[in-house]
Amino acid sequence: MMSQGLVIMSYVIASILFILSLSGLSHPETARRGNYLGMAGMSIAILATLFSDAVDSYVVLIIALAIGGFIGTKAALKVEMTQMPELVALMHSLVGMAAVLVGYANFMDSSNSLVGIEHTIHEVEIYIGVFIGAVTFSGSVIAFGKLCGKIDGKPVLLPGRHWLNLSLFVATFWLAGVFLDGVATGGGTFALILMTLLALTFGVHMVMAIGGADMPVVVSMLNSYSGWAAAATGFMLNNDLLIVTGALVGSSGAILSYIMCKAMNRHFLSVIAGGFGSASGEAATVEGDVAPIENDETVQIINAANNIVIIPGYGMAVAQAQHTVNEITKLLRAKGKNVRFGIHPVAGRMPGHMNVLLAEAKVPYDIVFEMDEINPDFPQTDVTIVIGANDIVNPSALDDPNSPIAGMPVLECWKSTTTIVLKRSMATGYAGVGNPLFIHENTRMLFGDANESMQAVLKSLNA
Amino acid sequence: MKIGVPKEIHPGEKRVATTPEVAEQLIKLGFEVNIESGAGLAANHSDEAYKEAGCKIRKTAKTLWKNADIILKIRPPEIHPELAIDETQLLSQGGHLISFIWPAQNATLMDQLAARKATVFAMDSVPRISRSQKLDALSSMANIAGYRAVVEAAQHFGRFFTGQITAAGKVPPAKVLVIGAGVAGLAAIGAAKSMGAIVRSFDTRPEVKEQIESMDAEFLMLEFEEDGSGEGGYAKTMSKEFIEAEMALFARQAMEVDIIITTALIPGRPAPELITQGMVESMKPGSVIVDLAAEQGGNCALTEKDKVVVKHGVTLIGYTDLPSRLAAQSSQLYATNLKHLLTELTPEKNGILDVNMQDEVIRGTTVIKDGKITWPPPAPKLSATPKLNNAAPPINIEVEEKPALISDATKQLILLAAIGIALFALGSIAPASFMSHFTVFVLACFIGYQVIWNVSASLHTPLMSVTNAISGIIIIGAVVQISAPGFFITLLSGLAILIAAINIAGGFLVTRRMLEMFRK
Repeated sequence: MMSQGLVIMSYVIASILFILSLSGLSHPETARRGNYLGMAGMSIAILATLFSDAVDSYVVLIIALAIGGFIGTKAALKVEMTQMPELVALMHSLVGMAAVLVGYANFMDSSNSLVGIEHTIHEVEIYIGVFIGAVTFSGSVIAFGKLCGKIDGKPVLLPGRHWLNLSLFVATFWLAGVFLDGVATGGGTFALILMTLLALTFGVHMVMAIGGADMPVVVSMLNSYSGWAAAATGFMLNNDLLIVTGALVGSSGAILSYIMCKAMNRHFLSVIAGGFGSASGEAATVEGDVAPIENDETVQIINAANNIVIIPGYGMAVAQAQHTVNEITKLLRAKGKNVRFGIHPVAGRMPGHMNVLLAEAKVPYDIVFEMDEINPDFPQTDVTIVIGANDIVNPSALDDPNSPIAGMPVLECWKSTTTIVLKRSMATGYAGVGNPLFIHENTRMLFGDANESMQAVLKSLNA
Repeated sequence: MKIGVPKEIHPGEKRVATTPEVAEQLIKLGFEVNIESGAGLAANHSDEAYKEAGCKIRKTAKTLWKNADIILKIRPPEIHPELAIDETQLLSQGGHLISFIWPAQNATLMDQLAARKATVFAMDSVPRISRSQKLDALSSMANIAGYRAVVEAAQHFGRFFTGQITAAGKVPPAKVLVIGAGVAGLAAIGAAKSMGAIVRSFDTRPEVKEQIESMDAEFLMLEFEEDGSGEGGYAKTMSKEFIEAEMALFARQAMEVDIIITTALIPGRPAPELITQGMVESMKPGSVIVDLAAEQGGNCALTEKDKVVVKHGVTLIGYTDLPSRLAAQSSQLYATNLKHLLTELTPEKNGILDVNMQDEVIRGTTVIKDGKITWPPPAPKLSATPKLNNAAPPINIEVEEKPALISDATKQLILLAAIGIALFALGSIAPASFMSHFTVFVLACFIGYQVIWNVSASLHTPLMSVTNAISGIIIIGAVVQISAPGFFITLLSGLAILIAAINIAGGFLVTRRMLEMFRK
């Protein structure tokens, strides 16, 4: 058994390790070390808790730990990189669930001896912890469903949804009063359960109303919630380690959401409130001729180019084309061409999704550039290849003030000499807006499955 | 239908209206292609090459014109020097002619063609809208003229274009001024730049500044507010004050530069005189002026049409046949333009022309339909310069941003005040033990904020999965709870431990897998 002082000391060390872990992840060179530091911190925290005075029954604990660890390891080793967003969303729901369970367990635990205001605060903490946990849980489950296509990605907009949200909030506050009254007289269980149901509804409704294009924001927002849930649990259990860690995760998720929103030029609240296309006025319709080309013509254009930029989008993930793209990149680089990648901050379905896919295909990360780094270079670019992207290369975001995506910074690929767009059909992107890029005079459309087209191009390049 | 391509008869004209390569594609559109023997020789295309592409070779001009429903030409019809009759008389009754026509300048020609009940497509009348760019022969020819202008200038200029420092001394780079940055001007800028010269350019239309700078040339600014953009993306005549300021700029530049290439044209008017005799006199001996507007009277007072003359030590080049001097290239581009027009005209790809006058492009290009003069067409609906439309929004944004900034600041202030009051209220009622936890909480939020703000975007996904693993720290809560008495507590805590453990193991391992993939 460890003394209370030693346990707290271990917690301090674990907290420091977590902070170092997060700061390590800010650069590709230090990221791996950061991950190991996180693991070390977690191990120290768990071991210290196991050996503390608070724990004396080990059987259930060890069994649960082993089963959970096993399932987690399996899942981590099996998951496809294209399924990362789903996995992350699913794991957020687990944290939410755990927070709810711990909250209930703590509520039932009658061994604490708090009185007066401290007792009330403690009950409020339980209430808040369970609320955040439940919202995180149901919201993440819906996000998971949307990401793996089990639920339609379109926003579900109930009439009067803002009023519904508001009334849910008011009801939660009112139930908090009922709950505290009940606790004073030894009850309150019913109010807590009712609130949990309301919170679950709230989470479902919130994420259902958010469109597929906003998923990167939702995923990082839920990440933030799972942190706040842990922090609330920390308050409830008087545990500083939980508070520190929860706050770290919570604020990091919030910042990521903020970065995503800024990348889409959307207000955070309007994303959370759901729905898309709040812009007033008619967006200019897009009419004109597209210039379709075949694979051999694509190869000619690529062969003649020296400066090539590739812009991947969600379509590349869907077609699993990243490996073929890497093969082409390697071949072209061997021929002495300057091939680079331009990544839009919200390309894909979660923050950094494209980077992970390119990394999986072993594209060297120093030729992968962010939007702001690559945008000034487009006028000097011979060919831009857009693979399954739409809204992030839409010029109307800049020049049509009535477009639903007006003001969103985009990759300005139309400034390059030629743009080749790989696309399955002329369908619009998630935002449902037409794209004038496709009828731009310098644009050539290569229709078909991205992977098949890229493989055909690779074959002719090799020949 | 049968296409006929005669040999161009204008003196010195070397171009031909189709190449073997394009002829093959025309045949695919369902046409039969006839070529006058020797038509492509000056552009390096032998009769054999046409024959191989599937064309029929016609010995004489007469048999060719007689056997064709559609004639493809470059120069407008004129008196045939050998047959001594006008080409319009050779055109079969009700036939089709695709060529440069210049209907505004050639009223008699138009009447003659109308009298033949012909249908005539003028390549100079293609409307300037985005969709018709692929058949814009004026642009293709202007592009070649611009390039060739630099080549001609280099021929008559006694020095390198590029600057060099050699063992035999230092060579300064040539300075080139390009006036008028249309297609020809931009092509000239590109050619001169790639030969190593210092290139400056001037244009009355402010929206081309960006295009000039994109070619890496210097845009000469005039301290004067006036927009010279006219209809259809062409320039218009400027005010007197503007022209004075402009002339002063040219006078200063003339003393400095070695080569001036002028391309200034205003549709339907004689070319503006931009380089006066005085300016020519002020230029360094050995300088060169290429006047691409020589056909319309010239931008320089001293140019002589179709000639190279030396005046005041300056070589003045007034060639009007620059595209023809690059015959192979011009023929290829012009032939492709014609092919695009014919593709538009045969939507069924069956070799039968369908002159759809509802189509804006075909309507504009058709100057005579079945003997009826249809020129000029109604004004085009769209400007060919989308840049014009772009010019407005940035100004709007600036105007809108200012009031927004103020309200943003106020909003933030209100928010901060609200948070402050809430914290103060909390502090006044909460016990000390809670406040110590709260201190830890607030500090941790700030650390998170500081640490995460610098994360590079490429690592957002690993960051998210590692924070996800770390938020599995909630397991500690469950571990602490599990030893409390009560079956339900044990059950709930055990379950919580299980799922949190999934989270921890899964999160860290998947992060590790991802990070292993990030390589240089």
